[in-house]
Amino acid sequence: MDPIQTLIKDLANKHGRTKESLLPIMQGVVERESYLSERSMVEIAREMDIPAADVYGTATFYSFLETKPTGKYIIRVCKTITCAMKGKTQVLFAIQEMLKIKMGETTPDKRFTLLETNCLGWCHKAPAMLINDNVYTELTPEKVREILSGYMKQNGINQN
Amino acid sequence: MSKKINLTINGFPVEIETGKTILEAAEKQGIKIPTLCYHKDLCVAGNCRVCVVEVAGQKRLSAACATPCEEGMEILTNSLKVRNSRKHIIELLLTEHNADCTKCYRNGNCELQTLASEYKIMTQDFIELVPLKKYSIDAYSPSIMKDDSKCIRCQRCVRTCAELQGVNALTVAHKGDEMKITTFFEKHMRDVVCTNCGQCVNHCPTGALVEKNYIEEVWEAIADPKKHVVVQTAPAVRVGLGEELGLQAGSRVTGQMVAALKRLGFDSVLDTDFTADLTIMEEGTELLTRLKKALVDKDDSVELPMATSCSPGWIKYIEHMYPEHLGNLSTCKSPQQMFGALVKTYYAKARNLEPDSIVSVSIMPCTAKKFEAFRPEMYDSGYRDVDYVLTTRELAILIKQAGLDFDKLQPVKFDRLMGESSGAAVIFGATGGVMEAALRTAYEIVTGREVPFENLNITPVRGMEGIREATIKIEDPVEDWAFLDGVELKCAVAHGLINAKTVMDEVKSGKADYHFIEFMACPGGCLGGGGQPIPTNPEIRQKRAEAIYAEDGALSIRKSHENPEVLKLYKDFLKKPLGEVSHHLLHTKYTKRERY
Repeated sequence: MDPIQTLIKDLANKHGRTKESLLPIMQGVVERESYLSERSMVEIAREMDIPAADVYGTATFYSFLETKPTGKYIIRVCKTITCAMKGKTQVLFAIQEMLKIKMGETTPDKRFTLLETNCLGWCHKAPAMLINDNVYTELTPEKVREILSGYMKQNGINQN
Repeated sequence: MSKKINLTINGFPVEIETGKTILEAAEKQGIKIPTLCYHKDLCVAGNCRVCVVEVAGQKRLSAACATPCEEGMEILTNSLKVRNSRKHIIELLLTEHNADCTKCYRNGNCELQTLASEYKIMTQDFIELVPLKKYSIDAYSPSIMKDDSKCIRCQRCVRTCAELQGVNALTVAHKGDEMKITTFFEKHMRDVVCTNCGQCVNHCPTGALVEKNYIEEVWEAIADPKKHVVVQTAPAVRVGLGEELGLQAGSRVTGQMVAALKRLGFDSVLDTDFTADLTIMEEGTELLTRLKKALVDKDDSVELPMATSCSPGWIKYIEHMYPEHLGNLSTCKSPQQMFGALVKTYYAKARNLEPDSIVSVSIMPCTAKKFEAFRPEMYDSGYRDVDYVLTTRELAILIKQAGLDFDKLQPVKFDRLMGESSGAAVIFGATGGVMEAALRTAYEIVTGREVPFENLNITPVRGMEGIREATIKIEDPVEDWAFLDGVELKCAVAHGLINAKTVMDEVKSGKADYHFIEFMACPGGCLGGGGQPIPTNPEIRQKRAEAIYAEDGALSIRKSHENPEVLKLYKDFLKKPLGEVSHHLLHTKYTKRERY
């Protein structure tokens, strides 16, 4: 068995093989692999004896279950109306300019992935975004540049 | 008897059993409430909302398909509020639907188009969303085309693929405005577990899922004077075709169909029934040979139960889902492919034709047959054995395009050489039919007597139950088959792949002790095939089945081994069942496929 199969078998042993175990198993894979590859979905289907299409359908329904390879840091900018009214677009421009990627893309060095998300529940401090599990609120272009610089420094990335 | 409750619909009293929905109560009253996501074959989804009705005392409208009747309910199905809501719902569905109807394959037979027409949706009050979305068309499968721009996301196809077929090739993916019906990882249908059965096509209310049609290719072949175009017609087509041409479900139109095919310009109009009879000769002999090996020679390598192999949807299903059991399948090709292999050999020789000048067309109730004709194994004549496969629906299109008044055609007989049919061959079109045909012949070969059923009707294997079993005790056999004396031949019949799954799980676990199993991919067998007229539902399948058995009863030859043309074929060409020529032309092998 390769590492993916072992991981999924362990997760299935832990959470069970009934339908309601599908989400915790997928979360377990995402925790370790950062996303659900085609291969992992097939292995989940096999392990649970359910159709692969159902695994894919469930995976794509949830925003936090990625189905494409992502960078080390996933930036999720809130796309809903309050954040939009409070300057989300400018924030987004600043991020795209700084990382030189567009929405949905990953930087060539595999550090950052830029995504949109539905409401994060931070409307009172809009606009908001997540970087992995950390929340950043009341964003401005300046503030977001500062936050990203911090991450880049932490990873020894030269900003020029 | 369940308790009755009383309610009113549009002010008129209705009495109905508890547990019935508002939709069913209205139907009983003769009121048609429009539906889209609802289908009698499937579980209730309640997602399209066009069936909304007003229930007195409730602020919000209720979906009639998903709301059970209650005592004293006052229901309005056509109030102003209902009408306005319904109209808005249809308008909203249309904003997401590529309504370029004149260029759509389902133009004229689309449930959404019909509703838009009934409700006279003449204006565009909402923003059209179709141009804003990146819809894709999947046209890579030889059987089925999927056009997401026409999908209204009612999920009838997803429920069909899961509930009727247990295949789950289709799923709902993403959410909100991005939600769509797709396959695993949004691959092409040809690259996933799809069996090409076409039940999704038959259950789709719009043109989102349609068969890959070969209408123009066939017209071109007919128009080519250098080509000799031969057509074969499957048993189930003759009891379905009429529906597409304005006749009642269950109309038997064999003679008119032959007349129509001749007028369309086919050079020879022949019958797949002929090779259905041939299949019985080959498959029956194969079964008896396997039984002999198992019972007399004690050969452990013989795989029993033997499973039928006529249904290409079933074949692709077992290749994906139970690849370790391919040895259980009869090696017989389906009647369509036996026919194809013989047309470019036996028929070509008898008619003094060059095989490469023959274009072999088949009319099938099936979309999986299109895939089957493409299989690399199906070139045993040295050419592609079957060139084009048309569904019952495509044949109806040909007939309409040619301007034939179907009703006025005088019945005509099939052409000779490969056009004779026994009643046993006709019932191939119904679930249980192959089993019954095989038993009529095998029992007689073994005992020298007819099957012990009144008028040859083996009723235990007939019907619409998903899985049926029958046992026939063999007594006093002829000398060659003496070892079968006292043997109880155990048979099972399964139709709809969800039922095939149940039976196969028993075979896999060793619980099943059958000798012979008939599997049909589609509910009801071929008469309910994915290429049959739309709609197909339980009542319509029942009527087509009655027509099939009536057709059988009306024929003078009822047993495959008495078909004179089949006997002539063996005498002149094949020599004997399972002989060398048969082995080369009529038998095949199967391919292991991935389940995921």
